[in-house]
Amino acid sequence: MSTPTATDLLPRLSDAAAGAVREGGDGDAVDGMPCRWVVSPADTPGVSAVLRVAHDEGLAVVVRGGGTKLGWGSPPERLDVILDTTRLDGLVDHAAGDLIAVVGAGRRLDDLQADLGAASQWFAVDPARRGTLGGLVATADGGPSRLLYGPVRDLVIGATMVRADGVVAKSGGKVVKNVAGYDLGKLLTGSLGTLGVITEVAVRLHPVAPAHRYVTVPVVSTRHAHALVQGVIHSHLVATACELDQPADGAATLAIRLDGIRPGVEARTAGALELLGAGAEASDDPPAWWGTEPGAPGDVRLKLTHEIASVTALLDIVAEASDRASVPVDVRGSVAVGTVTAALRAAHHQHDRAAVADLVDHLRAACSRSVGASGAGGTGGSVVVRDADPETKARLDVWGPVPALDLMRRVKHQLDPTRVLAPGRFVGGI
Amino acid sequence: MDVEALTAVLTPVLPEGAVITDHQRLRTYECDGLAQYRVVPALVVVPETAEQVAAVVAACAERGIPFVARGSGTGLSGGALPHADGVLIVLSRMRAILEIDRANQRAVVEPGVINLQLSNTTRPDGYYYAPDPSSQQVCSIGGNVAENSGGAHCLKYGFTTGHVTGLELVTPAGELLRIGGKAPDAPGYDLLGAVVGSEGTLGIATSVTVRLTRTPESVETLLAAFPDTDTAGQAVSSIIGAGVIPAAIEMMDALAIEAAEAAVHCGYPAGAGAVLIVELDGAAAEVRHQFDQISEYCTAAGAFEIRIAQDDAERALFWKGRKSAFAAVGRISPDYIVQDGVIPRTALPEALRRITALSVERGVRVANVFHAGDGNLHPLVLFDDAVPGEAERAEEVSGAIIDLCIELGGSITGEHGVGSDKAKYMPRMFTADDLDTMQLVRCAFDPSGIANPGKIFPTPRMCGEVPGRHQGAHPLVEAGLAEQF
Repeated sequence: MSTPTATDLLPRLSDAAAGAVREGGDGDAVDGMPCRWVVSPADTPGVSAVLRVAHDEGLAVVVRGGGTKLGWGSPPERLDVILDTTRLDGLVDHAAGDLIAVVGAGRRLDDLQADLGAASQWFAVDPARRGTLGGLVATADGGPSRLLYGPVRDLVIGATMVRADGVVAKSGGKVVKNVAGYDLGKLLTGSLGTLGVITEVAVRLHPVAPAHRYVTVPVVSTRHAHALVQGVIHSHLVATACELDQPADGAATLAIRLDGIRPGVEARTAGALELLGAGAEASDDPPAWWGTEPGAPGDVRLKLTHEIASVTALLDIVAEASDRASVPVDVRGSVAVGTVTAALRAAHHQHDRAAVADLVDHLRAACSRSVGASGAGGTGGSVVVRDADPETKARLDVWGPVPALDLMRRVKHQLDPTRVLAPGRFVGGI
Repeated sequence: MDVEALTAVLTPVLPEGAVITDHQRLRTYECDGLAQYRVVPALVVVPETAEQVAAVVAACAERGIPFVARGSGTGLSGGALPHADGVLIVLSRMRAILEIDRANQRAVVEPGVINLQLSNTTRPDGYYYAPDPSSQQVCSIGGNVAENSGGAHCLKYGFTTGHVTGLELVTPAGELLRIGGKAPDAPGYDLLGAVVGSEGTLGIATSVTVRLTRTPESVETLLAAFPDTDTAGQAVSSIIGAGVIPAAIEMMDALAIEAAEAAVHCGYPAGAGAVLIVELDGAAAEVRHQFDQISEYCTAAGAFEIRIAQDDAERALFWKGRKSAFAAVGRISPDYIVQDGVIPRTALPEALRRITALSVERGVRVANVFHAGDGNLHPLVLFDDAVPGEAERAEEVSGAIIDLCIELGGSITGEHGVGSDKAKYMPRMFTADDLDTMQLVRCAFDPSGIANPGKIFPTPRMCGEVPGRHQGAHPLVEAGLAEQF
């Protein structure tokens, strides 16, 4: 294929997107890489038309919703087109009696929750960064309520995607219970736009509980944190969420959220105060840090996963790595699920990217030790770099070791053999 | 396929007696729970370790020989139907519970472990394995993984896919891989999500890491009798509309009740046109309050009798009628088809009215048993194979019910799987492009198409070619006159 020129392609992209195309600007760069065009198709056929052009011409396409998590993943190898999904923002169907909704991928999560709230229902995700529904699915980033309601993939019951070659394909459906065919929605969830462009998603909804309470307790040691988490998960509290906040230079706090009918929540709140022990307090309001990411803009952020019985090991490993590299690390997240975010404070690493790289390597080595019964071993989990400036990312292995990588490459190769979609963004350079 | 050559290769790598070639013994594996389809496999192997499974699959892959995995053989869609020129890999000797890890709320089991056996093992420690298909006393966890099995309680707790966090998998190329584990969110694609429910077409699980669920503090179960299915359906709508999600809501109609009474003497209220079994579980204070609410909704909708289980024994009796319903239908009809379709819950009254109309119009009796909370219907279509034409009429009614489910926005299967039985219906629910895309995923796992061929997809896709730049299907393909690979 010949190298296409802007004069050839702009009209074709414009035709495909019914005129909704513009030149890329500074704000459209992904991990520092500028894009040539931004296209904003209005519907699934429009997305298909854009991808056919991109596929024919070998253009690299990165999908963008709200743009709140566009920095996650490795920097793209090349970038021609930003496919902006924000015009695919329809609430296609909200069947309140069936507790499902069919929603355009570009609909903002906040708007969707407002739609559903009118029927006292919600889409049971509460991520720190709220962009579009499509972005949520592509990043599989759910939030604290995952403890009770499950991960994003369990709430997605159907998906319409456009393949790299422009073919439109659906899987799943509009009913929760359905085992007909492969569940491509799960494969798309968390795939960072590398397997297809999600244009419409059918989701399972939940009723909004009439009452809720938070119970918060100070944590005095990493062993105490583990004991508290074990206490919560083995209890009958049925917590909606259980979050730990461990600032680099301050005292840790554990907080749980309880939802239900008023008398039930009150009884369970009393149970939680007793279970969590000294210093536990109940409140209608969450602690200030609840549901937000640790650290400040500009920090390097990591996603750490762990077995839920390895909380002590996780916190000890982070503290040790932090001391070793002299980089303060804040940790916050869903310790009863096994996912937390670590923020490496910017002020200390701006001039020392090597220290950050070393810290990440050290974390990976320690977390991958075999899990010991004493809590002195590894965590059984992974360390993935999320936010980092491009220069730092360049020195890091963003994804770390990936089991079954070869099979993942085969999946990518089948769905996007010419690597149109976000080349280089995903694990193993996929 | 050269059975002797393959036997010679497999015998040394498998335990004594694990390669079965005797025709009489092969015949015992000719069908699964859907006995209308029967195929005698060329060879049966009964491996005991993951390495042995991998060796068998690798030998098949090398020679392009199809293989089919089988757990307990209880599936209702012919998913474990053998291939006449292939190997049936029976996992029933791999039934060790490898680890119970209470602190992590996980268990690691071999694929042949029986579903209920796991819960029975962990219950004394306050945990159970939530997915509970009606066959849970005999079905295997490996089979549940293949089928993404549900059960009465998946209304609240979800299906197998939400309870599997890791697999050791033998891919159709014979590789032994680990995907997922006890921790969540392994980096990369959600291969677990693709494999669970793929009906044995993407590989064989040789070890399964599952989530264990805390046993609820309180369980309350009621049985409500209604004059007809319309009023029972109204009660279901009121319960869900009030924002209550019970652990289960099950409905049986008059014919299904009659069958259950004949078979297991469950003692349901006399004269009921429909019964609902509603189970609530969770924190005691919550359950008590909501249970009262549910009783009120049932009464308001027209229930003429409400029984509340006073203990586990009475609860078991309520469930006995429901869980034995499929087999019980044998008491009132010599033959029957168990259908499995899904409709949006709110379409329940319409669906039932139209099933009744179909039944009257075609002169075929239909008993209805279903998971009302999630719209998963199990119409039992009754017939007598000895009467000429009845089987065909029953098959037509069964197919018309599936069409009805699709028309109402539902699915051709809620939990039994597509298997051999429903591959022909897949094009009614999915376009050629949808199915093609699913098969691209299959190609990534199984480029030679040897893993459980003939299941799920009505038309196989050859792998290996780069998808063309074709703008839609060829007209001959559209017309069903040719297949384009």
